[in-house]
Amino acid sequence: MSTQTSAPTTGQPAGAAHNPPAVGRSVVFRIKRCQGPGQASYWQDFKVKIPQNANIISCLQQIALDPVTTDGTRTVPVVWDSGCLEEVCGSCTMLINGKVRQSCSCLLDAIAPNEGDVVTLEPMSKFPVVRDLWVDRSRLFHNLARVKAWVPIDGTYNLGSGPRETPQDQETRYVLSTCMSCGCCLEACPQFNKEEKPADWDHAFIGAHAISQARLFNTHGTGRELAPQRLEVLAGRGGVNDCGNAQNCVKVCPKKIPLTESIAAIGRAVTIHKIKQFFGA
Amino acid sequence: MPGANEKRVIVVGGGLAGLAASIRVAEAGVPVDLFSVVPVKRSHSVCAQGGINACNDVARQQGYSEYEHFDETIYGGDFQADQHPVLEMANMAPRIIDLLDRMGVPFNRTSEGYRDLRLFGGSLFKRTHFAGATTGQQLLYGLDEQTRRYESEGKVTKYEFWEFLWPVVVDGKCVGIVAQDQRTMQIRSFRADAVVMATGGNGLVFGKSTQSVICTGAAAARCYQAGAWMGNPEMIQVHPTAIPGADKTRLMSESARGEGGRVWVPRNKGDARRPKDIPEGERYYFLEERYPKYKNLVPRDIATREIFSICVNDGLGVGGQRQVYLDLTHLPASTHHKLEGILEIYKKFAGEDPQFEPMRIFPSVHYSMGGLYTSFAKGSYNPAEPRTKHLSGSGAPIGSAVGQGLLPGAPANAMTNIPGLYAFGEVNFAYHGANRLGANALLSCIFDGLFCGMSVLGHVADGKGAAGVAQGEYDRVVAQEEAKVKALTDNAGKGDSASPETNPYAIAKEMGDEMTEACTVVRSEGRLKQALATLSSLKERFKRVRLKDSAIWTNQSLLYTRAVGDMLTVAEAIAKGSLERRESRGAHYREDFKERNDDAFMKTTLAKYDPATSSTSIEFVPIDATLIKPTARTYGKSEGAVSTKAAASPHN
Repeated sequence: MSTQTSAPTTGQPAGAAHNPPAVGRSVVFRIKRCQGPGQASYWQDFKVKIPQNANIISCLQQIALDPVTTDGTRTVPVVWDSGCLEEVCGSCTMLINGKVRQSCSCLLDAIAPNEGDVVTLEPMSKFPVVRDLWVDRSRLFHNLARVKAWVPIDGTYNLGSGPRETPQDQETRYVLSTCMSCGCCLEACPQFNKEEKPADWDHAFIGAHAISQARLFNTHGTGRELAPQRLEVLAGRGGVNDCGNAQNCVKVCPKKIPLTESIAAIGRAVTIHKIKQFFGA
Repeated sequence: MPGANEKRVIVVGGGLAGLAASIRVAEAGVPVDLFSVVPVKRSHSVCAQGGINACNDVARQQGYSEYEHFDETIYGGDFQADQHPVLEMANMAPRIIDLLDRMGVPFNRTSEGYRDLRLFGGSLFKRTHFAGATTGQQLLYGLDEQTRRYESEGKVTKYEFWEFLWPVVVDGKCVGIVAQDQRTMQIRSFRADAVVMATGGNGLVFGKSTQSVICTGAAAARCYQAGAWMGNPEMIQVHPTAIPGADKTRLMSESARGEGGRVWVPRNKGDARRPKDIPEGERYYFLEERYPKYKNLVPRDIATREIFSICVNDGLGVGGQRQVYLDLTHLPASTHHKLEGILEIYKKFAGEDPQFEPMRIFPSVHYSMGGLYTSFAKGSYNPAEPRTKHLSGSGAPIGSAVGQGLLPGAPANAMTNIPGLYAFGEVNFAYHGANRLGANALLSCIFDGLFCGMSVLGHVADGKGAAGVAQGEYDRVVAQEEAKVKALTDNAGKGDSASPETNPYAIAKEMGDEMTEACTVVRSEGRLKQALATLSSLKERFKRVRLKDSAIWTNQSLLYTRAVGDMLTVAEAIAKGSLERRESRGAHYREDFKERNDDAFMKTTLAKYDPATSSTSIEFVPIDATLIKPTARTYGKSEGAVSTKAAASPHN
């Protein structure tokens, strides 16, 4: 079922990294397409002559220039989501050879160094497809609101600086704060499933990213004001206890965020929160 | 549904400027409809790396002040910016940092727990606050979180994946917009008592740039075609240090030099040795030799021209190519750690580790100083005579209370020539003049949102707004936009769709190549005229453009193609402004007019669009230079005649 972490990547046999990539080679892109919600998916192959320093995006751009499949059918350009192309915005996340990652930072020299190598592209499976490789990740942002992932400031007027912070605490928070809401951790998670209806979002597993953001704000001097409310949500249905401890999330996180540490920390905090509640503290 | 008399504000764009504006307006109790072509958390502001400038307690005790920050920004912009807005921005900067700090932005800390500072271009003081090397991302997230908070309270309604198509202007006033859902392709109108454009830059006009794929400049171009003026469109920043790539160029932050990175090339042409094998004496640290005071931290326009000239004129580029070394290998691990975000980018995309190998970089289009023309209402600080000189360490000549540069809440601040239509952040032309200093962009975006957000509220409170405007006025604009879509989709799939002649991607690529060649580091009359001719032939070809896709669902081909048409309009304004400005100033360097000419051109380039002829006209209007008199802008360059002149400059 979950091919994200275990499937070997096509075109990257062991030791391939030692061979210089073939100059002027052509690579086949096998792309899973879908013309819209409720429509059937199908595969199309495109042959692309690989430019120097190519990433997946530059290959998709080449296909868009004149989309003709390997069997000679002229078709419509592939639809995909992208933004910064520097792996800081999270937009262009997709399954590349079965593995979830950003397509901008996926270089062809690394994954398809040989003539005729095949690269498969699929939309993320845990979110509804809008069209082709573009998925609707609204739920991911909705879940940030569920855990009130913000600092409850008193408004934007001049009230002096924020709380002082040790460099160590800053370091911890900074790493957590580099989460770009790409959804890799959710795609790889066996407990996080596709929920088409927004009405179900509040009961389904919230996901590693939101748990980690709760930790981020619970750690902040002012942000911890809302910690009980966050923990209440995370103690409930779809909260931290739904984590099955597969630890896939931390393996696929492109920003190397210690997601499992966050889950453990929040798990402990939820327990303490519940004990306090039990004793009416 | 909102009642007919309820005041509402539309914000278009969810980067730093748009989010700061949304927060400020929503906080005051006026509901905000926030439009963005991407989930706002993915806006291009995430790409900003180095930091955000503000006077701070440490620098203040070393002789720095808000006034000095203002002075640096004006000097850095080569005296092209209106001065009062810049003064206000510098005044408010420390309070903006405090606010971001309160929002939980993880600014780097000193061992005592205070906010750490780094050195940045165009200053001799440490006044740049930062969060690792992903400061833009961290600031955006801080504002994104606050916006989500207001959204969950019902004060902000987000329209993500909605594209702005046209402002609704009735009786000369902006009373709403027409927008399109990029998924369902639905086109509809939205009423508002004021509209804030915060749609960023136009890097894609140049094909490859450091900007995100969404930075087409189309939204601003649509306002321009609807009658909003542009200011200084020719002022395009080419960042000195970017990583070339197949799909785009990627920024290598100025903070790399701020933290001690050194730019060099081998002294001997054609030296094929590995960089580590080239001894110190055979390395040409050309920025350090030419600018002994600012060294590698001269402003971007200067660093860019020097790097360009070393490669193109002197043929000293590494490997004979257009690239120079940016060397961080001598820096300690702790410094590398502070720069981790950007070093990772280099490692990922260039395949080498900058901790051990000098990076190979070259200038690339990065930022638009110019943009929609906006007005302002002067504040109380109006000295009888502009100062010529402000000595470091002499203390600020004025107090630093907010309100002295601009009048807070005055509807005119950051408003375009169309009442009710505002322009915030990179999309406007204010603050940065002819060259932007590093780490001033994040500041100007948030300043616009917070300070000029009050002006939006002022306008909304003042005017009649959208109440009473007939629905027919909105339907008319919807019909106009539907007709444009129909014209494009009617052509889909017709003719030889493989032909580059009518291929939207091919037209865009030719535009990008031509603009990069003619309209970036070095410009000249002949080349610009040639570019304008190319652009008009591209415009002709665009009339016959063939869409690749006629789908009525999530048709990206349509969205892209429509934007290309708008980008051609912007490109023409940029090229025309460059042609008419017959001098050199900041980022605008004319090899046929190498000197700055204050008498004729210390003015704003005003670009106006004539719908009848679909063309741009250029005029020059006076600027507000009542606070600082222009001086020679040399940054202490140590070369013959120039250095004599420089001795008279207060910046030495």
